[in-house]
Amino acid sequence: MAVSLCSNILRCQSYRTGSGTVGSISRQRPLSRGVGTSWWSNVELGPPDPILGVTEAFKRDTNPKKINLGVGAYRDDSGKPFVLPSVREAAQKLHEADLDHEYLPITGDSEFCSASRELAFGEEAAASGRIVTVQGISGTGSLRIGANFLQKFHAGDKKVYLPGPSWGNHTPIFGHAGMSVGSYRYYEPSTCGLDLSGCLSDISAIPKGSVILLHACAHNPTGVDPTREQWLAIEAAVKERELFVFFDMAYQGFASGDIDNDAWALRQFVSAGHNVVLAQSYAKNMGLYGERIGAFSVVAVDADEAKRVESQLKIIVRPMYSNPPLSGARIAKTVLRDATLRKQWLADVKGMADRIISMRQRLSDGLVREGSSRGWEHITKQIGMFCFTGLNPDQVARLTADHSVYLTKDGRISVAGLSSTNVDYLAHAMHQVTK
Amino acid sequence: MSETIFHDVEHASPIEVFKLVAEFNADRNPDKVNLTAGAYRDENAKPWVLPVVRNIEKQMADDDTLNHEYLAIEGLKSFTDAATKLLLGAENPVIVSGRALGVQTLSGTGALRLGFQFLHKILKRTHILISQPSWGNHVLMSEDLEFTILRYRYWDQTTRAINMDGLLADLEAAPSGAIVVLHAVAHNPTGMDPTREQWAQIADVIQRRRLLPFFDTAYQGFASGDLDEDAWAVRYFVQRGFETFISQSFAKNFGLYSERVGNLVIVSNDVESVPKILSHLQRIARVLWSNPPAHGARIVAHALDNPAMLEQWKACLTTMTDRIKEMRQLLMERLMELGTPGTWGHIVAQKGMFSYTGLSAEHVDMLKAKFHIYMMRDGRISVAGLTKTNVDYVARGFDDVIRSTA
Repeated sequence: MAVSLCSNILRCQSYRTGSGTVGSISRQRPLSRGVGTSWWSNVELGPPDPILGVTEAFKRDTNPKKINLGVGAYRDDSGKPFVLPSVREAAQKLHEADLDHEYLPITGDSEFCSASRELAFGEEAAASGRIVTVQGISGTGSLRIGANFLQKFHAGDKKVYLPGPSWGNHTPIFGHAGMSVGSYRYYEPSTCGLDLSGCLSDISAIPKGSVILLHACAHNPTGVDPTREQWLAIEAAVKERELFVFFDMAYQGFASGDIDNDAWALRQFVSAGHNVVLAQSYAKNMGLYGERIGAFSVVAVDADEAKRVESQLKIIVRPMYSNPPLSGARIAKTVLRDATLRKQWLADVKGMADRIISMRQRLSDGLVREGSSRGWEHITKQIGMFCFTGLNPDQVARLTADHSVYLTKDGRISVAGLSSTNVDYLAHAMHQVTK
Repeated sequence: MSETIFHDVEHASPIEVFKLVAEFNADRNPDKVNLTAGAYRDENAKPWVLPVVRNIEKQMADDDTLNHEYLAIEGLKSFTDAATKLLLGAENPVIVSGRALGVQTLSGTGALRLGFQFLHKILKRTHILISQPSWGNHVLMSEDLEFTILRYRYWDQTTRAINMDGLLADLEAAPSGAIVVLHAVAHNPTGMDPTREQWAQIADVIQRRRLLPFFDTAYQGFASGDLDEDAWAVRYFVQRGFETFISQSFAKNFGLYSERVGNLVIVSNDVESVPKILSHLQRIARVLWSNPPAHGARIVAHALDNPAMLEQWKACLTTMTDRIKEMRQLLMERLMELGTPGTWGHIVAQKGMFSYTGLSAEHVDMLKAKFHIYMMRDGRISVAGLTKTNVDYVARGFDDVIRSTA
C-alpha cells in the first residue's frame, strides 16, 4: 500500500508554473471565473488609521519646509532614524558569535526576561522570586498578553480604566481581549497639565477590584506625568479602591534620561504593596522598534504563584504566535548584561532624552521670541516623545494647510520630529495660528 | 499570605512537545536521542544555520544603511510579494490580477491566528474542520477563538495510510461554510499526503459543500526538495477557482525558526474586496503585535529576490531533504532487517519532517524510560533527529518495545 502511494506521486507530471496547466488531473476550470460568488461581498472597508493618514498627507506635500510631527519614532538632529551605538555594537558582537536561529521557549529568552525584570523593578525586587517575566511582542504584544490574562483570571470586574486620553491602541487591545474599557480624568486642557483633582475623584469612584492602567512615565499622548507627590496621592487612591494596577512602561530611560528615575512610580507602587502587572517595550529606549522586543511581568504573592501564572501565560501565547522573535531579544540582553555596553546604552538613551528636552526648550524659547503672549510652559513641563500643544483642531488644520506642519487633530506633536533646522520654523508657524 | 486575585489560578497543563524537550535537555544519558521537536538537525544532530542565511546576515551586518525602524502593520512589502509569488508561482493569474493578498505575520502560527480571527470576526464563520490527527496548535487556537471544532478522519492506524473514505464522508457531512484546515504538504504529524487524485476528490467535496479551504504551508521545499512540487496542492485549488486562505511559514525551509517569519495569503475572487480585507487584517494585527518583526523577513526577501541567493537556498533545501529521505530509508531498512513486527513502508512513503510511526503511547513511554529515546506519545518522530550514528539504536529500541508489548 505504501509503495503504491509513492509511485502514484512519481507518475504525475509536475505542475508547470504560470502556464495554468494542472498536472495529470483532468478537471480544469477557467481561471477568470471563481468557483462561486465571492465570500467577501459583505466585507466593508475598515476605518483608516488616523496617524497613517497624517504621514500619507505629509509624503504628498511638496513644500520643502514641511515637517512631519506625527512620527512615533526617535529621529536624530538631521531627522534620520537613529541606531544606538550600544545596539550597533551588540549586534556586531552577536553576528561574530555566529549563533543559530533555534526556537525560543514560549516565554522567550530567559536571560532577556531576567534582565528586563531587573531593569524595570530594580535588582532587589527582581531577585525576590515572585515576579514572573515573559518576552512579549514589544509593548503591544505585552499589553495583549496581560489583557488576555486578566480577561481569563481577574476575579474582579473585567474592566480596565484608562487615563483620558490614552494611547489609541489601548482600547482596541483590551477590547479584543474581551475586557471592557472605562476612563478616569487625567489631562486638563486649560493648563495642558494634570487634572489631579479630577483624576483622584474619578479613581475613588471606580468600582473596587477593577483594573486601572497607568503610564509609568512619558504619558502617551500628552507628555504629562504626575510629580512624585502627585504619584503618591494617586497610589493612595488606588489602594483605597483596591484596584488592580496595570503599568505600561514604553519609555524607561527615554523620558528623563535616567532609567531609575523613569521607573520610580512603578517601583513605588510595588514597595507600597501593589502586586502589579507591567508591559515593557524596548522600541524607543533601545531603538529596536521593528524587532518587536518587550516583556510582560506579573508581581505574584510568592514563587509558587509566579510559576502557576507563568504556565497560564504560555497557554495564552501559544495560540497567538507560538514563541517570540529572537534577534532583538539577544541584542537587548547583550546590551543590558555587558558592563561596557550597558554603560554605553545609558549614555545613548540619555543622549536621546537630552535632545528631546533641548528641542522642547528651543520651541518654548522660540515662541517667546516670536512674541507669543500665550503660556507655553507646558512644552517644557511635559516629558518624553510627545507634547500636547494645546492647539485646537482648527489651529491644527491651519498649521497643516498654511505651513505644511503635519500633526494629529488633537494637537499632539512628536518632539522627536524636531531638529535644530526646523524648530524655529515650527515656533513661527505655531505663533501664526495662535496669535 | 497576602490577598491575591490569582488564588484560583491553577497550574496549566504543559504543552507536550516543550515538556519533552525540557526533559531531554535535562537527561544525562549519553545515548539519548531527541525525536520530538520539529526542527532540522544536521548529521551530527546539531542545529543547522543555512549557508545562504549566514551569507545574507553577513551582508546585513556590514550594511550601515540598515536600521530597526517599524515595518508597516502588514509587514515588509518585498517580503510579502516574494513569499506570495514563491507559493503561488510568480505568473499566477491571481497575483497578476491583484486578487492575492499577502500580509506578514509571526511565522505560520501568526498567519493561522490572523486568518482564523478574520474568519471568525469578520466573516462570522463558526465551524472549523481539522484533520485527526493534526498539529496541536490548530485545535488550541480554534478553541481559543471559540470555533465549533469538527475533526475529519485522516490517519488510519491499521493501514498506516490516509482513510480517504472517512475523510470524504466527514467533509461531506460538514455544515456549509465551515473552514477546512488542510496541510499543503508534509502533513504534521503523519507525513502522509494525499495523492493528486485524492486532492481532486477533496476539492470536489469542498466545492460541493461550499466549505472554505485554509491551507497550512509550513514545509514548501522542505518535503520533496522541489518548491513547485510542494506547492502543487495549493496551486491546484487556486487554479480551480477556490477562494482560499494560506498560512506560510519560513521556519523550517529557511531554518529561521526563532525569527518568526510568516505570510498569510488570501486569494479572493473579487479584486475590489482586497483592500477591504487588508483593512480588517490590519486592525486585527494591530491589537496582536502592531507590526511584525523585521530581521527574518529581510533575510527571506533578500534570498528570494536575488537569483544567486535563490540558487544557494535551493541547494540548502536539497541538502536537508536528501538527508531526511536517507534517514527514512535507513530506519525502514533497519526495522525490516530486524524483522520488527508490523509494516514499515510508510516511513519512506511519508514526507517532510515527521513520521507517524504507528507506535503506541505505551511503546513511547517505554522508549523514553528504557532507551532515553524521546518522541511524541502519538507515535510521531521528527526524522530530522535521526543520524547515521543513532538510527541503529533507534531501530533496536523500536524493535525491543514492540516485541516487549506484543
